[in-house]
Amino acid sequence: MKAIIAFWNILRKDVQNYYLKPPNISWGIIFPLSWTLMQLIRSQGSIGIAELLPGLMAMSVLFGTTSMLAVTITFERKGRSFDRLLLAPISISTLVFAKILGAVLFGIFNAFVPVVFAAFFIDLSGINWGIAVVAVILIAITSALLGLLIAVSAKEVFEAQTFSNFFRFPMLFLCGLFIPIEKLPVILKPISFCLPLTYGTDILNGMITGNSSFDIIFNISIMLVFAGFLFYLCLRNIKRKWIL
Amino acid sequence: MGIINVSNLKKDYEDVQAVKDISFTIDQGEVFGLLGPNGAGKTSTINMMIGLSRPTSGQIVIDGIDGIKDIKKVQSFIGVIPDENNLYDEMDGFGNLCFCASLYGMRKKEREKKAMELLDQFNLTDAAKRPFKTYSKGMRRKLTIAAGIIHNPKILFLDEPTTGIDVESARQIRELILNLKNQGKTILITTHYIEEAERICDKIAFIVKGQIVKVGTVPELMESVEPEHKIKLQLGSSIKDMRGELEDNLVDCRVEIPDENSCLIISRDRIALSPILQLLDNKGISVYEAKEIKPSLEDVFVKVTGIEASKLKKEKEKVGKIG
Repeated sequence: MKAIIAFWNILRKDVQNYYLKPPNISWGIIFPLSWTLMQLIRSQGSIGIAELLPGLMAMSVLFGTTSMLAVTITFERKGRSFDRLLLAPISISTLVFAKILGAVLFGIFNAFVPVVFAAFFIDLSGINWGIAVVAVILIAITSALLGLLIAVSAKEVFEAQTFSNFFRFPMLFLCGLFIPIEKLPVILKPISFCLPLTYGTDILNGMITGNSSFDIIFNISIMLVFAGFLFYLCLRNIKRKWIL
Repeated sequence: MGIINVSNLKKDYEDVQAVKDISFTIDQGEVFGLLGPNGAGKTSTINMMIGLSRPTSGQIVIDGIDGIKDIKKVQSFIGVIPDENNLYDEMDGFGNLCFCASLYGMRKKEREKKAMELLDQFNLTDAAKRPFKTYSKGMRRKLTIAAGIIHNPKILFLDEPTTGIDVESARQIRELILNLKNQGKTILITTHYIEEAERICDKIAFIVKGQIVKVGTVPELMESVEPEHKIKLQLGSSIKDMRGELEDNLVDCRVEIPDENSCLIISRDRIALSPILQLLDNKGISVYEAKEIKPSLEDVFVKVTGIEASKLKKEKEKVGKIG
């Protein structure tokens, strides 16, 4: 019970202190909206909104979660308020769950901003939203864990931002969002298969446009494996780097 | 066996040995001070004991629990007040205290009640709803201390609690530490304020370059460098000519005449005043004042560590300016 109280209050504190702040809410809306407009202008009407939607959702989650978590944790580490959390009689796993859940919720919110806008232009009723939501949650979890991994390595907020981009931009280009994986150079293809976003985007593609490369169960399983592996890496790195 | 037992504790950071094989015991209800200059290993030692750092080797047993393997158990009954105020700038005082209490599993009503009590105790009630970032240094320090004790810990770790704050706030904090001691809390405090350590600590360990060079109660430490008892007498006239006679009449005592109208009586045993006063009275010499001369803790520190106290003070001023 004590751990639940601590978990809930860490989550609530993060949501109130960071995610519900007006600049972040507006960022959460403006960023996905900008991506949507950019893609529509770039395609000059040749790409349909439905084809854009999976990529926009995935990008919104990826950028929202990794940025927020990496920056807020680095900020707390620098101000040493994070030490309070490390000193609390709760396990590191509980702490990690509480910290990533805020970012995951923020990511899910970001993902549905383009959906709301798309709903004004196309009929979204035929989409299996249950599976799409699962995909969004899994992308959000893996992205949040990536953000946490970045935070463990960064000492300054600007370092966290730089590291985030170092991971995010190659991921965007290699996960099949802009260039289909089958059209990637042979040397880059194996890398795309090592990215969780590839499988998350594939689920969203399958649900929204009906074009997917892999089976849903396979995609979900791979995403779960990624989530577990990243969670393990985060725990290990926190113990190694933060409890010196 | 004390409530805290540290044995052969070592901490290496790559090529730097921050803590070199230190051992000490703290009894229940005791205020134990780690006194040393910056970089002596005080914070490294505390960090290992509270679970923010992993020892290279050694043992830490706190209230019978292995403080390395079962640190999460230990963390449930210890309170930590770090050397930097590490609360949340955007949150108000009340919110900060409630949040810290929630980390120890305290329920809403209980933590709100306790937060209000502490705000009142620290004279911060008027600032309860102000963001932490708007607090003065002294207020920030007090709220940080309140956050460290909100869950009513059995043992407290205070890292440089009064560094960088005004005299009045420092005095209030020292009073608070003594109140906590009176409540039966065991307190480990690190400081480089010699007077502070002398005033509030039951036992003090001098730590220099990662090693404890001396540990004991204040009288024990003083005795260790100055085993002789000294009494200085302020006299009505000179006794230069009577020195030998005085020494002959006083058992196991030595007499020194530092200046015209005073003398020092020195002995390995406690000095009884009445025979001396009687003797001087018989000679028609008035005694206006008798004062026991004791070395200060600063003298002891300088003698034991070889570090000039002024150096400690300079460091403290530097830290104060930064803080």
